[in-house]
Amino acid sequence: MFYREAGQFKSTYQADQAIFPIIQDRIFIAMVFAVVFFLPLIADEIWGAREMEYWHQAVIIPFLILSLAAIGLNILTGYAGQVSLGTGAFMAVGAYAAYKLSTAFPELNIIIVFLLSGVFAAAVGMVFGAPSLRIKGFYLAVATLAAQFFILWLFNKVEWFFNYSPSGTITAPPRELFGILITGPEASPIARYYVCLVFLCVFALAAKNMARGHIGRSWMAIRDMDIAAEIIGIRPLYTKLSAFGISSFYCGVAGALYVFCWLGSAETEAFDILNVSFPVLFMIIIGGLGSVLGSILGAAFITLLPIFLTNAPPMVGIEMATDLQKHIEEIIFGLLIMFFLIVEPAGLNRLWQIAKEKIRQWPFPY
Amino acid sequence: MEVLDTFFIAPFADMLDSPIFLLEVIIGGLLAGVMYSLVALGFVLIYKASGVFNYSQGAMVLFAALTLVGLMENSVPLVLAIVVTMAIMVGCAFIIERWLLRPLVNQAQIILFMATIGLNFVFEGTGQIAWGSNVKKLDIGIPEKSFEAGGILFNTFDLTAALTAAVLVGFLAVFFQKTSVGRALRAVADDHQAALSVGIPLKTIWVIVWSVAGFVALVAGIMWGGKAGVQFSLALIALKALPVLILGGFESVPGAIIGGLLIGVFEKVSEVYWGPAFGGAIEGWFAYMAALVFLMFRPQGLFGEKIIERV
Repeated sequence: MFYREAGQFKSTYQADQAIFPIIQDRIFIAMVFAVVFFLPLIADEIWGAREMEYWHQAVIIPFLILSLAAIGLNILTGYAGQVSLGTGAFMAVGAYAAYKLSTAFPELNIIIVFLLSGVFAAAVGMVFGAPSLRIKGFYLAVATLAAQFFILWLFNKVEWFFNYSPSGTITAPPRELFGILITGPEASPIARYYVCLVFLCVFALAAKNMARGHIGRSWMAIRDMDIAAEIIGIRPLYTKLSAFGISSFYCGVAGALYVFCWLGSAETEAFDILNVSFPVLFMIIIGGLGSVLGSILGAAFITLLPIFLTNAPPMVGIEMATDLQKHIEEIIFGLLIMFFLIVEPAGLNRLWQIAKEKIRQWPFPY
Repeated sequence: MEVLDTFFIAPFADMLDSPIFLLEVIIGGLLAGVMYSLVALGFVLIYKASGVFNYSQGAMVLFAALTLVGLMENSVPLVLAIVVTMAIMVGCAFIIERWLLRPLVNQAQIILFMATIGLNFVFEGTGQIAWGSNVKKLDIGIPEKSFEAGGILFNTFDLTAALTAAVLVGFLAVFFQKTSVGRALRAVADDHQAALSVGIPLKTIWVIVWSVAGFVALVAGIMWGGKAGVQFSLALIALKALPVLILGGFESVPGAIIGGLLIGVFEKVSEVYWGPAFGGAIEGWFAYMAALVFLMFRPQGLFGEKIIERV
């Protein structure tokens, strides 16, 4: 009734190719932006500062950072069709590069440090992506595990990477942007929230536009059948390596934010395959392969679900031993993954599209 | 020059110095490799018959071992416990086929892979709820004694494991080649639709294959559990089996065996001779790197089916 494209005529190609071609979509997205950018400013007064600090630290900031990583992996796996289990390693490269850069050049603007560490991650990603020219499918997925284990071992072993600190951890140094502290333990959650949010918005927009453009189309051609794509003139070397490079760039920036804006200090353990690589893969499969929105929805699902499962039983008054509860959470998590895959293998993004179709026809579906 | 020496000269000089020790290391590697093969076999069986890359194989090993130990702790005799565990694994195969594989038939491989990761969580959680998550000792009556033959040390337990694996592989080979069920399994592995069209019941085949994989998981669980105790880390041996799989080829039973042996030897030899040069703890990634380098030359693994791509 209120969600129709009828009557909205396009007179330019630019208008026709807009990301949100319908005015209702634009209104909706503007409302989303208004909420995510302005609500946190007044949230402290509504829900209380301590409550909000918990939400920022436990839910919102990891969600934003992991969304960024999920978009990165989705570029590689969803758009270019190269399954990778090395996300954690590429994030670790970003984090350690950011640490080395920011301690070696304290004067350098922190945003530039983040971007440069993404470049380092991209270089490493392209090195480990080179085998994809010969190795395909699950063989490639397992081969990327080589990157995962080797890189983490290297960061653990070579003391230069963590500045010879006896604990073997990297700690985010305090850095300011426009006079506001945004990294390190002293930074306020709100400042860190805005940094992550701006990174996510800019990078999501860039990913969406890349996916719609020339490079994204060549990725999808390679994904659907690489030999056929090669025959119509798409260079596999350039296409696959660009997918690995850009994907790792995203992951690298996410990794830098992961330590600098969320954890504060970390060891290689934080980038372990079970802590990062697999969950990010879950996010893009649950959210929808080959979709930027899907990456964000998937990240929301995977970060919120465990928190919900942990908090739900006490809310309804069930007390359990923590050990038992952990295992029950595990089972429910597994069952829900299977349930979602059976109900909608194309992911949450597809459910969102179906919902939009339904609203479009509501209330007269005929 | 010093770098060259530590990496390329010293290790080989060490090897030549004491060939007996080298032989001991290699045999140790082979015996460890047998254990990897046991886990990799389960992956291969399911991949061959249904094209599903079953990540939950490691969790199945844990689940089977936990069930067995749990039953034995409640004073069920060993043989009965094995039978009951096997029955439970077959039950799981039925449930998985009915509620997971059937609704997901014809989906992309990565979706099925993802579903088995979900399954992995369920197996891990259920096993630990039912039987607790403490480290348990599995005593199946094989003594862990060392003896010497021809100047080389052997361990009875490792030898038993190797022998069990050999028997298991022989049994599987006969099962696949000689029985009608085995022939049906191979037909399904070759081509789902063609197999369906000659009247092979796909659903039954899947149940059988998951049951056999459950059986292999049980054997692997007994062997690994007997060696290192039954605990959560058992589920992570799946990560040990993956390089074996890509080295040997996903679709090949002999590949899993030979890949396992090769990886076992690689790992032991590199750990002993090159480990100090790298600063130790290289077993986590060395097998993967070796498999990766190998794949550059042969993308389908040692015995995998040749990948023929047509437009």
